[in-house]
Amino acid sequence: MADDKDVLRDVWFGRIPTCFALYQDEVTEKEAEPFYLLLPRVSYLTLVTDKVKKHFLKAVKPEDVEEMWFEYEGTPLKWHYPIGVLFDLHALNTALPWSITVHFKNFPERDLLHCLSNSVIEAHFMSCIKEADALKHKSQVINDMQKKDHKQLWMGLQNDKFDQFWAMNRKLMEYPTEEGGFRYIPFRIYQTMSDRPFIQKLFRPASPEGHTHTLGDLLKEMYPAAIAHDGDAKKYQVLIQGIEPLLETPLQWLSEHLSHPDNFLHVCILPVPTD
Amino acid sequence: MPVSLLWAVDVRGRVYRLSTGGQQWEQCHDTKLEFKRVTAATQCCWGIACDHNIYLNVHASDLSIRYQEETYENQRWNPVDGFSERLLPSDRWQWSDVAGLVHQPLDSFDLPSSGWEWEADWYADENFEAEPTEKGGWTYAMDFPATYTKDKKWNSCVRRRRWLRYRRYKARDSWAKIPSAQSALPDPVSDISCGGWEISEEPRGRLSLWAVSLQGKVWYREGIQHHNPEGSSWTEVPVPGEVVQISCGPGELVWAVLWEGQLVVREGIGRDCPSGGSWIGGHWVVVGVNVVWAVTKDNKVWFRRGVNSHNPCGTGWIGMVGEMIMVNVGLNDQVWALGSAERGLYQRQGVTASELSGKAWRALSAPRDSERSHSSASTSSLHSAGCFFTGEVRGQSAASDADSDIERERAASGGSPVPATSDAHVGDPGHAPDPEEDGQPGQSRGPLWSNVDLEETQSQPDPVVEGAPGWAGPDRADTCSLSSVVTYSLALEEEPYGEDGPPMWAWVSGGGCAHVLSFPWTALVQSVQSMSLSISPGQTAAWHQQILEQLGQRSKREMENFKHYEQAVEQSVWVKKGTMQWWRDWKPHKWVDVRFALEQFSGPDGNKDGILFLYYNFNEEKKYLHAFVNEVTIFVPVLNDAKHTFAIYTAERTKQRWPIRLAASTELEMHDWLALLSVSCCDSRGIQGPPSKQAIWSVTCRGDIFVSEPSPALEALPYPTPCEQMFWRQVGGHLRLVEGNSVGVVWGIGYDHTAWVHTGGYGGGIFQGLASSTDNIHTQTDVKSVYIYENQRWNPVSGYTNRGLPTDRYMWSDASGLHECTKTHTTTPSPHWTWVSDWAVDYGVSEGTDREGWQYAADFPASYHGYKTLKDFVRRRRWARKCKLTTTGPWQEVPPIALSDVSILPCAAQSSVEVVPLWAISNKGDVLCRLGVTTLTPAGSSWLHVGTDQAFKSVSIGGASQVWAIARDGSVFFRGSVSTCNPAGECWYHIPSPPKQKLKQVSVGRTSICAVDENGNLWYRKDVTPSYPQGSSWEHISDNVRKVSVGPLDQVWIIADKVQGSHGLSCGTVCHRLGVQPLDPKGQSWDYGIGGGWDHVSIRGNSMDPPRICLPSLTDQSVPARGVPHPAQDPEGANGSAGGC
Repeated sequence: MADDKDVLRDVWFGRIPTCFALYQDEVTEKEAEPFYLLLPRVSYLTLVTDKVKKHFLKAVKPEDVEEMWFEYEGTPLKWHYPIGVLFDLHALNTALPWSITVHFKNFPERDLLHCLSNSVIEAHFMSCIKEADALKHKSQVINDMQKKDHKQLWMGLQNDKFDQFWAMNRKLMEYPTEEGGFRYIPFRIYQTMSDRPFIQKLFRPASPEGHTHTLGDLLKEMYPAAIAHDGDAKKYQVLIQGIEPLLETPLQWLSEHLSHPDNFLHVCILPVPTD
Repeated sequence: MPVSLLWAVDVRGRVYRLSTGGQQWEQCHDTKLEFKRVTAATQCCWGIACDHNIYLNVHASDLSIRYQEETYENQRWNPVDGFSERLLPSDRWQWSDVAGLVHQPLDSFDLPSSGWEWEADWYADENFEAEPTEKGGWTYAMDFPATYTKDKKWNSCVRRRRWLRYRRYKARDSWAKIPSAQSALPDPVSDISCGGWEISEEPRGRLSLWAVSLQGKVWYREGIQHHNPEGSSWTEVPVPGEVVQISCGPGELVWAVLWEGQLVVREGIGRDCPSGGSWIGGHWVVVGVNVVWAVTKDNKVWFRRGVNSHNPCGTGWIGMVGEMIMVNVGLNDQVWALGSAERGLYQRQGVTASELSGKAWRALSAPRDSERSHSSASTSSLHSAGCFFTGEVRGQSAASDADSDIERERAASGGSPVPATSDAHVGDPGHAPDPEEDGQPGQSRGPLWSNVDLEETQSQPDPVVEGAPGWAGPDRADTCSLSSVVTYSLALEEEPYGEDGPPMWAWVSGGGCAHVLSFPWTALVQSVQSMSLSISPGQTAAWHQQILEQLGQRSKREMENFKHYEQAVEQSVWVKKGTMQWWRDWKPHKWVDVRFALEQFSGPDGNKDGILFLYYNFNEEKKYLHAFVNEVTIFVPVLNDAKHTFAIYTAERTKQRWPIRLAASTELEMHDWLALLSVSCCDSRGIQGPPSKQAIWSVTCRGDIFVSEPSPALEALPYPTPCEQMFWRQVGGHLRLVEGNSVGVVWGIGYDHTAWVHTGGYGGGIFQGLASSTDNIHTQTDVKSVYIYENQRWNPVSGYTNRGLPTDRYMWSDASGLHECTKTHTTTPSPHWTWVSDWAVDYGVSEGTDREGWQYAADFPASYHGYKTLKDFVRRRRWARKCKLTTTGPWQEVPPIALSDVSILPCAAQSSVEVVPLWAISNKGDVLCRLGVTTLTPAGSSWLHVGTDQAFKSVSIGGASQVWAIARDGSVFFRGSVSTCNPAGECWYHIPSPPKQKLKQVSVGRTSICAVDENGNLWYRKDVTPSYPQGSSWEHISDNVRKVSVGPLDQVWIIADKVQGSHGLSCGTVCHRLGVQPLDPKGQSWDYGIGGGWDHVSIRGNSMDPPRICLPSLTDQSVPARGVPHPAQDPEGANGSAGGC
């Protein structure tokens, strides 16, 4: 029988084959070969693209080099969303590898946050974890950790060390047995059709009467349209980590097993492809 | 969790019980009687039936209740007849008791009640002082009374022998009538309460049963214990007034309510006087260990706060939400109640040691068996899912709302009750709360409860309670039952009580219900809800299955064709650092601060590996010590009072008997490190998942469990794998011993004698998340006692006092006297242990004690004895306090019988349906045989009790179903005719012990039998053959042995007491006998493995030696007996000592 540990492992080691290509207008010196890379789904674009940068810098005039940013089919990619979320949101139903265009000029100030060093990513990552723990345990667990424990979480993500990360992260996934779950489930619901960045509200893993909340319950509350009614054709895909869990999947279990390292459950809602 | 029962009576007088493992109320069908009240203990339930007689229902158990009757036959020699029954006139009776004072012929023994039956006829006992006697069991002496010997001498003029007969209690799971208090003057019983089981563990099964008659008299049942469940007689206990209700806690407290509404408390109850000395006036009622609950006449429930052993009166009353007609306190201070409106059953939620008042009432509804059979389809889905709780009780009046505020406030503060000055429900300390003072302002304070009121009550059934201040027992209906009503009057109820309505309860008793926080019933709430989404349990996992499938598809889709792509993140070295203390290698040894680091990296072949570094300063110079993770053989927590220490062994350090000893600053930090280091070590050795069937199990003195995977070369001849190279990994849980066999059936016994079976999982305990299986891990608890000694010296002026000589030991000390241990400063073994009792004098010391628990001696330190002589100038007594550990591990409890030893046939067949013979000794010394044990059901189904004449302490079953056992007096027995068709065998053969030695433990391998005596000698049984499995004599192998385990290959492993290494000495060391082979079953010498601090090893799983798997049968003569030991003459020098010294 498969172990839930395997789920954690599968989630962590999810990879997206990506083809990076330099934006046509920026090619100056010589033709730049596309660069192929397996990107960890749970990591951040700017954290894992040092190699990409190194590769394309050779093809760009040094005076043209500004901050590197990425774009997919005209959409600038927000580095502060996990890579898996970006992929599911924008490119899920397209052919692999995922083709990302690399830019070194004309940084879209309106769409993207600057990311000049890894410490910015670390700060963003840690603030997400802290926010998640505030929801889950009133910040008690994260505050009880020492600085080095925080560092271990970050280093685990940065160096793709599953054991190192989970040795610490399991503490964030614990809860008192008598309570049966977290205080609130940290989740974010993304949608392509809206200008809102994402939906994030307070939602408990169980109802006051003790009913276990499921993914379906969450959607009913946050995005009722995503639930197909009897007879109607399915209009939306609900994706977590690139898969579509059944609506009766308990939310608490999802939060423990399918959350990203930032401890949030990132849910993408996409219209069903029409073709 | 052992199955325990909650008992209740409905308003029609039918008795139901609900087990913690059960799904529904089960009616006690085997009686036509209607009951008024029940009071339960763990082993039985007492009830008052409609005929006002008391009935007893003893739970059926695999362990029968047997009582040994004995009498002695005495004879004298005369020259004419030889020994004959003609005695001198001055002699004792021909048939007498042991002292010769009572005439006891065989036919004078009668069964005490109809609940008993004789097991068999009388027979003569042939066992005498652990030795078999001549035929007939006669023992000889010069004259009566004298010391008897088993051998007849020239001057033996008298002889005697002991006759035994057993009677068995047969009235189990049925109601047995107890003779009433007075036969002449019938005085019906109106209330009973049992308790007192925590006063003392001896005699076994003692209970206090108190009864109240309609005339207000109180009776105490004498002599209730395991061997006499019905008790022997009623004793009237004088009371200051007429009593209406009585309540007896598990401990030393008994409360009673008088007609006038006052409460009285029984004083002077103790170990030697369970019925107590006198009554004192008190103010308070329903009692647990540490709690007092009460119900007033207006159905309000009150909790007495501040009650503890230091302040038994408590400090004040707190009103609770909800109206109840009665409350009952069960085990662990859990509270059960019956609601006043609908007579539903409620359980108090959130009752914990820190919050004894709990949080809220929860209705408990389970279908009754009668109801279930004809319930409609709409309800059956819920009923079939098991029991479920409904919502909380809501406060119904304004006053109750005030209560709920208090509760909320208290819940918010999360601690002890908060005295709210504005809260009228909190009464003045020391005064009985009067609900009239608040709740109903219109009424003035009425007179105290009296008989006059009562008569009015009977004429006007309904408003009874309104004007009745004070106390009248926990039950409104009680007043009605004072008339000759048999069951509660149905006229009181508004609606007719129908079969299909919700059950209306009249009485509940939780005394037999060991409810702890994780109640299966509460767990069911969850499962019912998750089931509400899908239809059947099989589909509950559908979502889970779907996620696994989709993740698999995802990897296939996104990664399969792109494996040649470069990884975005390169793997690198990962380092974890910390600071610790190290017991430095050079003298003087002491703890020094060091930095500690684990560097992990991926080896060239993808295997993970690592190095441990320990950075220290030596003479101002920075140095370091390192160890390769793949060379470490064990990380083991070490028992240490002051520090959180663990030891790291490598093969080299095992030889030296000098591990790397480290101390972390907190226990949590130590556990983090241990978990990480163990995982890293297992990774580097490629070990994962559950232990194999061949695994070798061992247990340290700290109760930590270790397992080692044997290499095929472990028993190789002539060059086996040295056992210091064995790698041990920890498994979660806490046990005293573990026994396994080669098909993977593994049982363990905790310090509290609870039996556990291995679930096949791994991890648990400190190994969470990644290093542990997710299913198969269960909560495990263990209880052990911490002992301290109170020492006193005699002086001519004041006798024994706690003023010692300046040279004396501490007046409160540990057993050695070297360390001061006071009651207040002695802590639990580690923060994971919590105290669960208070300090109490321990009378169970082996040398015996006087009535106050003292042992006397001429001086410290000396040998102590349990009585005072003129030469004794010092005395000491032992105090014990129980503490409890809660952890997790791959272990599941096997209730209900507590065990002290267990043995599993080591070389069982490989078939999964084959029954595996398993024998055990209960902690009371009963010999048991487990039925239904297979590899698929390792816990088995039930126990078969194997009759013995005395208590046993060790048992072992080996090849060809040879069972050997040792009694507590050291007698050795062989069980004859044990086979698969006759798993319990036929009879015991008494085997003589080695000369002048008392054996304490035995282990039977395929053919070899080894035993250890109380002086640490290891003995081998010679000349065991299929035709004569008893063997001929004991042959000495070694000394310095604490425990032996003989495996399915006849390999011999021991725990040695002292082993000298190059750097240190270790006690409790796992050792392997080398050179054991069919022609030399005793072997040649010892190979020393991991230690010290080990208490137990079981080699009985390791049958990894393919040519030897086919076993000769000792019973079937047609099979050639291969490998049967031949008497091998061993050179004297080869009999080494295990200590090597």
